[in-house]
Amino acid sequence: MTDTIDRSNTADHDRVLDHLVVRFAGDSGDGMQLTGDRFTSVSASFGNDLSTLPDFPAEIRAPAGTVNGVSAFQVNIADHEITTPGDDPNVLVAMNAAALKADLHRLQPGGTLIINEDSFGERDLEKAGYVTEYGPNSEPINPLEDDSLNGYRVLRVPMTTLTKQVCEPLGIKPRDAERSKNFFALGLVSWMYTRPVEPTEEWIGKKFAKNKQVAAANKAAFRAGFNFGETTEAVGHRYEVRPATLPAGTYTSITGNTALSWGLVAAGQLAKLPITLGSYPITPASDILHELSKHKQFGIRTVQAEDEIAAVGVALGASFAGHLGITTTSGPGVALKSETISLAIAIELPMLIIDIQRGGPSTGLPTKTEASDLNLALYGRHGESPLPVIASYSPAHCFHAAIEAARIALKYRTPVILLSDGYLANGSEPWKLPDVGSLPDISVPFTTEPNHVTADGTEDFWPYLRDPETLARPWAIPGTPGLMHRVGGLEKADGTGNIDYTPENHEHMTELRAAKVAAVAADIPPTEVSGDLDADVLVLGWGSTWAAIDAAVQRRRRAGVKVAKAHITHLSPLPPDLGDLLRRYERVILPELNRGQLAHHLRGTYLIDITSVSKVQGLPFKSREIEDAIDTAVTNLSDDQRGATS
Amino acid sequence: MSTEQVAVTTKKDWTSSQEVRWCPGCGDYGILLAVQQLMPELGVAPENTVFVSGIGCSSRFPYYMNTYGMHSIHGRAPAIATGVATARPDLDVWVITGDGDGLSIGGNHLIHALRRNVNLNILLFNNRIYGLTKGQYSPTSEVGKVTKSTPMGSVDAPFNPLSVALGAEASFVARTHDLDRKHMQETFKAAHAHQGASFVEIYQNCNVFNDVQFAGATKKASRDEMMIDLAHGEPILFGNENQRGVMQGTDGFLHIVEVADVGLDRILVHDEKNEHPSLAFALARLNSDDHSPTPFGVFRNIERAEYTKSVSDQVLAASEANGPGDLNTLLASNGTWTVN
Repeated sequence: MTDTIDRSNTADHDRVLDHLVVRFAGDSGDGMQLTGDRFTSVSASFGNDLSTLPDFPAEIRAPAGTVNGVSAFQVNIADHEITTPGDDPNVLVAMNAAALKADLHRLQPGGTLIINEDSFGERDLEKAGYVTEYGPNSEPINPLEDDSLNGYRVLRVPMTTLTKQVCEPLGIKPRDAERSKNFFALGLVSWMYTRPVEPTEEWIGKKFAKNKQVAAANKAAFRAGFNFGETTEAVGHRYEVRPATLPAGTYTSITGNTALSWGLVAAGQLAKLPITLGSYPITPASDILHELSKHKQFGIRTVQAEDEIAAVGVALGASFAGHLGITTTSGPGVALKSETISLAIAIELPMLIIDIQRGGPSTGLPTKTEASDLNLALYGRHGESPLPVIASYSPAHCFHAAIEAARIALKYRTPVILLSDGYLANGSEPWKLPDVGSLPDISVPFTTEPNHVTADGTEDFWPYLRDPETLARPWAIPGTPGLMHRVGGLEKADGTGNIDYTPENHEHMTELRAAKVAAVAADIPPTEVSGDLDADVLVLGWGSTWAAIDAAVQRRRRAGVKVAKAHITHLSPLPPDLGDLLRRYERVILPELNRGQLAHHLRGTYLIDITSVSKVQGLPFKSREIEDAIDTAVTNLSDDQRGATS
Repeated sequence: MSTEQVAVTTKKDWTSSQEVRWCPGCGDYGILLAVQQLMPELGVAPENTVFVSGIGCSSRFPYYMNTYGMHSIHGRAPAIATGVATARPDLDVWVITGDGDGLSIGGNHLIHALRRNVNLNILLFNNRIYGLTKGQYSPTSEVGKVTKSTPMGSVDAPFNPLSVALGAEASFVARTHDLDRKHMQETFKAAHAHQGASFVEIYQNCNVFNDVQFAGATKKASRDEMMIDLAHGEPILFGNENQRGVMQGTDGFLHIVEVADVGLDRILVHDEKNEHPSLAFALARLNSDDHSPTPFGVFRNIERAEYTKSVSDQVLAASEANGPGDLNTLLASNGTWTVN
């Protein structure tokens, strides 16, 4: 129940909802992601603002019917601007007993439960763990028959049976027909919440064009679900979530990984450079490899490398040759790429390393979100090896973050790490398409002429002669006559780039590399503070916590609590105004999907205490959790701290 | 490959100003000289040539070539070179690696560059020892080798580099040695002419940590008896009067025979273009140790789809099919709606 607006004065308030959070939950094979996606698309084109949270297991097909195999898709649709997929669903669609077992606790009290009662047989209940006790005497307990669902509005629908029945006249075998039951659920929910029917029917026709029988079954099931709502009194009346009044413009519904991919395509165009992507498949980053591989007409080459190390090697080799070299991965991959990233720092070439973070350590929670690679990004290399780190904060922002990462990489000839996470990667939101003409020109010239004159008057090329302002070294690419030069991991002499092991030179070069990255700070826009600028408490955020923080701050302010917020996208170097900004507040709270990595970093950097709010459950923050942290911070202010902020 | 007229160059144009820092007497000097002398003959320009190396003694090589170059990371040269070549198929890309760099820490990248058939000229300096780290056994060291890390003798079975390359579906596989500049140059020239990944094993002497390792085959006095020169289309003969040869027996295996015993027409005719790698594989394993006759030259040289060209062809095909990329079209490609 985030960002709720009070609409009690609406005339037909019992039928119009300002927002609705639906969670579709079922077995991994039940097509819940597809169903949720479809509900989202229809709502997007209807004009709602929305935010989604796909939540699925790492196993492609965990044992059917078990809690481990439950795959869910949560979507928040609203008639006003929202940022989060909602804390607690208003509606839970449970396609089987395991889904009910796994997700009932998420449903808001009094919420609507739509249950496929065909999947509550004894065997289903056992597999879902609805049993009295373990061992030989265990007996199934049916939650549909005890009191455990009191307090919810329960709709029991024999979805499998009804789907089979409606498919029978089409000559579809019951086993095949059963697979369409998710469309029955979608049809029913579409009726209950007044979603348009035609786009989905049209979409089914296109999506399953190759298999007419499946298309027919899905359409029939969808229509049957819709009609079930219309004709069965048990369902009651329909609700509506009206279109949101979003700023005028052309919109598309976009996930973070798609936005990031398109941002990379745009970065290549804006830099006037071809792109070479080196990548090794890894969840949740693989979709970027897939997406970029579809757009070769932009001069994009994608290499699915033999491993993570080769992937970053390909990117670095391409950058040396004059392309925008990119590698995409998740935390374990960044660890493997670490040595090559250090080489990129030493040879001072532009390169993008995209880390779609997931729960760690090790394989951890591959399909769940976490923001625990910040330390890895900031510090995870041998030697003194600083580099710029950027973090995207919403699915759509991934587009702009990719361009910004490329801009910095090219201008300063440095590898840049761009952090996203599993929640942003797979979550979606409506995105007002930017005016392509307004995107920045991030092109940099290659060096084509000698840049130095020797004592005897001959011209030569010094690969480490720096731009005095940016400290970037010249980028002279193979094919350029007269500028042949060698780069490598051995320490280079400032200027000539020849191997140089002298103590003073190494210290000097170490300082120069750090100064170059530090100089990026002058290129960062001022940190924006919103909410009550004169509050005592500031909520600072980075990455995907933006949505929950935004919702929480809005709600606390509506409740009369004074609170400010700021969100940073540049994590290295930090915005130059950040230290002063933080010092203006009595309390700074910093929610992170890790154990307080940025809080720790900021304490060390600014010698300021920061209240870390930590969550590592593989799930994004609920805004309520952040509201609680705000309330605690405000309550704990001492009297002399209260109102002391100027 | 540039189609433009390339200016005539000399060895000097290919030699950088950097002081060469290998140990005196190292086999690497001979290889460097062979390459620097050969380059003007190849009709290519220094600015269109890139040398990429990993880490190890041999990997200092790029610093001494007046071309574009990268002295990269231990084992990773084939991957980085794949990036260079994929981005820029117009360039001549050489990989300089060693037995530790290419077959141990970087074995994975080497086999995949060969499998993909990336247009790289890969020169593997095989001295069967770790030189830069001062003398530990390598993945090509023989069982029982006593080194600092194997005082009781190595218990690791070694790789045969040519077997690895052939097993990785390499389209060009050759062997040469650091004592014969002319043979090196002929071999490198053939490797350069080959479109695709060219793998050349160079027997290279490390006079500090593994001296005379290959002398059994390569020293002048024993060359006639121990070195088998492979020539495409010619019977495989050796010996000071070509009196010995290689024959494929009825058992399918290769045997070293006296020509007089079997007749010249029973001697195997070398076919580097044979699509099937099994004979090349058998030749690569003809010498069981360094004291038996050892084949040198080009074992395999076949044509198959080259990776960087295939990648470029897809980029061109996409542009032809879809027109040049347009950002506005891309951003609208998942369906849009308008808010007024």
